[in-house]
Amino acid sequence: MKESFPLIWIPLLPLLGAAFNLLLGRKLSRRWVHTVAVGTVFGSLVMTLFVLRQLYAGWDSHHHTMVTLHHAVFDWINAGAVQIKFGLMADTLTGVMLFIVTFVGALIHLYSTGYMDHERDYARFFGYLNLFMGAMLLLVLGDNLVVLFLGWEGVGLCSYLLIGFWYDKSGTQKLGLENANAGRKAFIVNRIGDLAFIIGMFILFAAVGSLDFADLSAAAAQGPQGPLMSSYAPFGFGPFSLAGVAALFLFIGATGKSAQIPLYVWLPDAMAGPTPVSALIHAATMVTAGVYMVARMNFLYMLTPSVMAVVALVGALTAFVAATIGLAQNDIKKVLAYSTVSQLGYMFMGVGVGAYAAGIFHVFTHAFFKACLFLGAGAVIHALHHEQDIRRMGGLKSSLSVTRLTFLVATIAIAGIPPLSGFFSKDEILWKAISTANPAAPWLGPVIYVLGMAGAICTAFYMFRLYTLTFEGKCRLSAEEQAKIHPPDWRMATPLVVLAFGALVLGVLGLPGLFGEHANFFHNWLAPTVDQGAKFAALAIPGAHVTPAILSKSHGAEGGLMALSFAIALLGSVIAWRVYNKGPSVWARNLTDRFRGPYNAIYNKYFVDEFYFLVVIWPFKKIAWLLWKVVDALIIDLLCVRGSARIVDLMGRLVRQFQTGSVQHYLAGLLVGVGVILYVVAQPPDDFRIRANSIKAAGAPLKVLVGERVFFDARRPVDKAMRALEYKWDFDGDGKVDEPQAPTQQKGQKEQAQRWSKRQMANFIYKKPGRYRVVMDVRDTRWHTQARETQVIDVIDPNAPKVPVSGSSTHGKGVH
Amino acid sequence: MLLIAILAIPLVGAIAVALMPRKDEQGARHMGMVFTLLTFFVSLALIAGFKISDPGMQFEFSVPWVRSLGINFHVGIDGISLWLVLLATLLGPIVMLSTYKAIDTRVKEFVASLLILEMAMIGALVSLDLFVFYVFWEIMLVPMYLMIGVWGHGAKIYAALKFVLYTLVGSLVMLVAIIYVYVSHGAATGFYTFDYMVLTQSVWGEQAQIFLFLAFAIAFAIKVPMFPLHTWLPDAHTQAPTAGSVILAGVLLKMGTYGFIRFAIPLFPYGAAVWAPYISGLAVIGIIYGALVAYAQKDAKKLVAYSSVSHLGFVMLGLMAMNEAGVTGSLYQMLNHGISTGGLFLAIGMLYERRHTHELDQFGGLWRRMPVFAGMFMIIMLSSAGLPGLNGFVGEFLILVGAFTHHQGVAGTDLPIFIWHSRLMAGIAAIGVVLGAVYLLHLYQKLMFGPITQPKNADLDDASWREILTFAPLIVLIFAMGIYPKPFLERMEPAVKLFLKEYKVKYKASEGYTGQQPKQLASLSRSKYALPALSAPRAGIVAKTTMAGGKAVSPKVPKIVRPKIVPPKVVRPKIVRPKVRPRGGAAPAPRTPRKRISPEDMRRIRRQMQQRGRPPGRGGRGGAG
Repeated sequence: MKESFPLIWIPLLPLLGAAFNLLLGRKLSRRWVHTVAVGTVFGSLVMTLFVLRQLYAGWDSHHHTMVTLHHAVFDWINAGAVQIKFGLMADTLTGVMLFIVTFVGALIHLYSTGYMDHERDYARFFGYLNLFMGAMLLLVLGDNLVVLFLGWEGVGLCSYLLIGFWYDKSGTQKLGLENANAGRKAFIVNRIGDLAFIIGMFILFAAVGSLDFADLSAAAAQGPQGPLMSSYAPFGFGPFSLAGVAALFLFIGATGKSAQIPLYVWLPDAMAGPTPVSALIHAATMVTAGVYMVARMNFLYMLTPSVMAVVALVGALTAFVAATIGLAQNDIKKVLAYSTVSQLGYMFMGVGVGAYAAGIFHVFTHAFFKACLFLGAGAVIHALHHEQDIRRMGGLKSSLSVTRLTFLVATIAIAGIPPLSGFFSKDEILWKAISTANPAAPWLGPVIYVLGMAGAICTAFYMFRLYTLTFEGKCRLSAEEQAKIHPPDWRMATPLVVLAFGALVLGVLGLPGLFGEHANFFHNWLAPTVDQGAKFAALAIPGAHVTPAILSKSHGAEGGLMALSFAIALLGSVIAWRVYNKGPSVWARNLTDRFRGPYNAIYNKYFVDEFYFLVVIWPFKKIAWLLWKVVDALIIDLLCVRGSARIVDLMGRLVRQFQTGSVQHYLAGLLVGVGVILYVVAQPPDDFRIRANSIKAAGAPLKVLVGERVFFDARRPVDKAMRALEYKWDFDGDGKVDEPQAPTQQKGQKEQAQRWSKRQMANFIYKKPGRYRVVMDVRDTRWHTQARETQVIDVIDPNAPKVPVSGSSTHGKGVH
Repeated sequence: MLLIAILAIPLVGAIAVALMPRKDEQGARHMGMVFTLLTFFVSLALIAGFKISDPGMQFEFSVPWVRSLGINFHVGIDGISLWLVLLATLLGPIVMLSTYKAIDTRVKEFVASLLILEMAMIGALVSLDLFVFYVFWEIMLVPMYLMIGVWGHGAKIYAALKFVLYTLVGSLVMLVAIIYVYVSHGAATGFYTFDYMVLTQSVWGEQAQIFLFLAFAIAFAIKVPMFPLHTWLPDAHTQAPTAGSVILAGVLLKMGTYGFIRFAIPLFPYGAAVWAPYISGLAVIGIIYGALVAYAQKDAKKLVAYSSVSHLGFVMLGLMAMNEAGVTGSLYQMLNHGISTGGLFLAIGMLYERRHTHELDQFGGLWRRMPVFAGMFMIIMLSSAGLPGLNGFVGEFLILVGAFTHHQGVAGTDLPIFIWHSRLMAGIAAIGVVLGAVYLLHLYQKLMFGPITQPKNADLDDASWREILTFAPLIVLIFAMGIYPKPFLERMEPAVKLFLKEYKVKYKASEGYTGQQPKQLASLSRSKYALPALSAPRAGIVAKTTMAGGKAVSPKVPKIVRPKIVPPKVVRPKIVRPKVRPRGGAAPAPRTPRKRISPEDMRRIRRQMQQRGRPPGRGGRGGAG
């Protein structure tokens, strides 16, 4: 069912707020700025609640049906086969994302009014933040891939702007471009992903002829004969299934946006931005766009088990690798950043095994506890005047009690300890992971499960390490600094409390199957949207069970694994607590000393940044330089372009040698020249040919009809002496000059013989049949030379009885 | 007449400015402003009067110019040229506004050059006669040459000479081709004309098309400029004054791409198809190469100049895709490039006014001092980088989709456009989108971010109202064209459809045609200015005789049936001679061997001649048999 709803206002409100603040905010008071900024986002939140109400009213939990809200705003890009509409759509999946974005976004806007209070560029910050909200809402509302991509790049832009918000703050680097560099890195790495994304779009467009989700899923529903299942050789390699290639390219795009291996490197650097930005963009919303995209395109991914395996494997690997890096970081925000990368890995693991509801549920819970963690970290940083090193913190639980409490709740949630929300969402993913049956990779389930569990124990460890080093033990700050610590005001505390409450209780929305068939509200809510892929896949790939179906009925196994994951989480937490609750411990230092190599690798993020510099950035710069200096400046410009000019110049110099200025040389040259000219011009005419009727009949007699007008032409192809030539024509060989004609009453025959004319061309009509000889005399008036040219003409009477004409002797008259 | 007015206003303005007293510099500027604005407002009437659904030429106007050579002053616009004309007229006042502070020597000469340049650019965009086009094409060079050479900086004489000579080399090759087209068309039809609307109804033989297209393509490729004919551009841009750079990037470069779409491809579709793989290959190389070299630059203006090479590579790639998405995309990208690159040059020019340098290392941290300027610069930079929601994305998206799906293009025919796999081309070209972000962010960061390191930058002024006003129309267009491109696209659509349809028809007609002379096609659309004789071609070929000295003319000579030439399949062109030749031109008669006339024919012809009566001037000369 489709219903119409003015969805455009949801993104438009923050966009208008952004325009207002960016255009006018500089001149206005802070009150205006944050009233508009926060007000527009709350407006979007209210509209979202209306949308959710409408969606809920149209949702049938038992039959898994729903209404979708549509808003066709206008035709966007129309050219020939390309018909892209600016259309928005909201279904249950969009509803969840809308709620996350607007709810968490509104809280973070509120928080930012406190956090950025003393900031000079207050209006610019809120302008960017509103712009981000608008772009993110477009991303989740778009009803085709191009509108999604519009939001996708828009959020990337805002990420760039906000990471580089303090564009001239000098960090460790000399030039003070640290933040700007981080922003640029984020933008460019994202663009690399986007390159793959648009190629994926093109492949789909070439196959389906549309990029609307509805049309694409209709193509997926066509089963094995559908365009998406056709075999495909991208760039000449192959064949693969088209769906697989497109899905893989789109997923590479998602690894950029959602910071997965191999494109995750930008996210830790992105922590250079203000902390509310890290909470909103780099934890709760933007980075989950990739997960959303895969869930949205579930009908495509379900058609290609091998790409699903890639998605799950990349997710699991990222979850594990990022978690290990998180073990050794000392910057409070860097720990959270790697934790985000790791958690995003879990989400991809979920959607990669076809458990879209579980993946999105983790997006949902993660938005709460990770935003809470970031905002808590922000409160700490704010209170400590931009101190971010956890080794210098400690004992903050007394001075920052609200922050500490909410931070602890969120830590327990992310560590995966029941009954907080993180446990349910993460455990759901792990459960679906081990019970997956992927026909392309039967080994997938256990592998990703082990990776996930290993990541889980690391998560619990580094999160409690972070918590204890920050809040427990003794304070390691100087007394002076301790005196300056101030607790967050209400604008910052309220969001913390609300988010922590969410992290505490929202697990009930996604209770595992253990609690009954319909206990998992979240799964049922998303089922109408994300289960269609499974149906299409069953149609398209007979016999393949991509859906995690095998073990999912076994409550015993599920319960056992739940206990195991609880135990793992508890173990990690307890170890961290024991090791760090009195500050950085001797035991930990000994441990790192013993394993210096692995520790260094982890501490330096496995040297991935350095590796990329060596194989990508450095060669890029060198190639660019070489192309400029060698190819462009040297080969093309100097050798070819200026070289040709130099050759002309040289020729000029050569010819200049003749310009000696000496009269004798010139005179000698003049004489030689005159001689040459005379020799050439004075050649008497000798190469005349008479053409009759444009035919140059060399020697052979020319046949014409009686009464036909014959055109004669004595022009030479190149006639240098044309004006000096005079002609006499005798057409019938009787010795009398026919052309020029005798004037009627003119002197005598004698004179007539002397007449010449300039006529090079003449015409004549033969009235009697026979053979004639045409004689042309030509003379050169300059040199008084004369030449004669003849041509034989056979005149035939078409009416006469046929006489075999062959040769001259047969003809009665003979030659005149 | 509207087009004539749009052409005349800048010309009148130039004369008026030239007649002003030398001392009144401000007056000259105001005068230039008034005339460019007037041109712009009058040109808005083109949009108002433009019929969206009409794919053909509109606002057409034609008067004979040089009657004896068949040159008509024939102008008109369709959806392809409409927006480019408007871009030229829009950039006029913007550029004029930017020169209020930048140009302070020989002001009135500068303003006059600018107005002449505007007139020439519009003229080249609207002319529908190859000769008129060529005249405008060459006129464009002169004011630009002066602008770089007189008001430029650095090695300005070198740059100006290089610009003119480089472009001229290409132009002359094109001129040869134009003359060949004129002569061969005249020889075949007896109708000597440079009129585009007439010439475009004929197709030349395969071999001729290959060379003719190449000749046109060289001229246009230099102007575009395509790799590897681009090295005049960085020099010209760097040494030119801001106004010159903006006009150069904004409109002049489009003349190359416009030349391809208006002249080279429609006249020689077979040649286009033969050369398309190489051109699109060079376009893709240009995209990547231009972007890489741009990144290596240390001079802001050179960086933007090389980025033009990259961007126009996209335009050429879309054009060579020969489907609606690709061609529309490249038309759109031409406008985008004019706006965004023009804007970038304006911005860099404003920095130059303040600091008198283009060196990237001399800047840094400008945002703190110039937030408004930085914001506007950012929008233009992002438009150039092809951010969705801004204009650049629409063009790049359409071009890449077009290139990616090209073989599904021209109404299902599979034309041999790419040797290499089109998808690979599109894929490589898409890397240019990433590289675009790399060098543009590099540029922006070098200028705007970081702390202020140069003491001279510490007290720069933010953008003045005049400068904001200069940017405002560009920024409005950037958003409007990115968010709601429909008004632009829907006016291009019918013309692009017609372009592709005729391309397809003419390609099919010329495929396998090996004749020496062009043949006419009856199935193509015609201008109302096409001569009536052409719309009803007579069968057969009528020979003509021209007597020396131009005295006797005999239009009623016997009709001669031409012999069949191998290969036998070839259809002889239907060629027609106008009823009265205006003058005895130097037209060589076709020199093919003739077949003898059968007696029956001879009798028939004689009868006809007797019925019609002998033409005058030939009566008394029967000759003595």
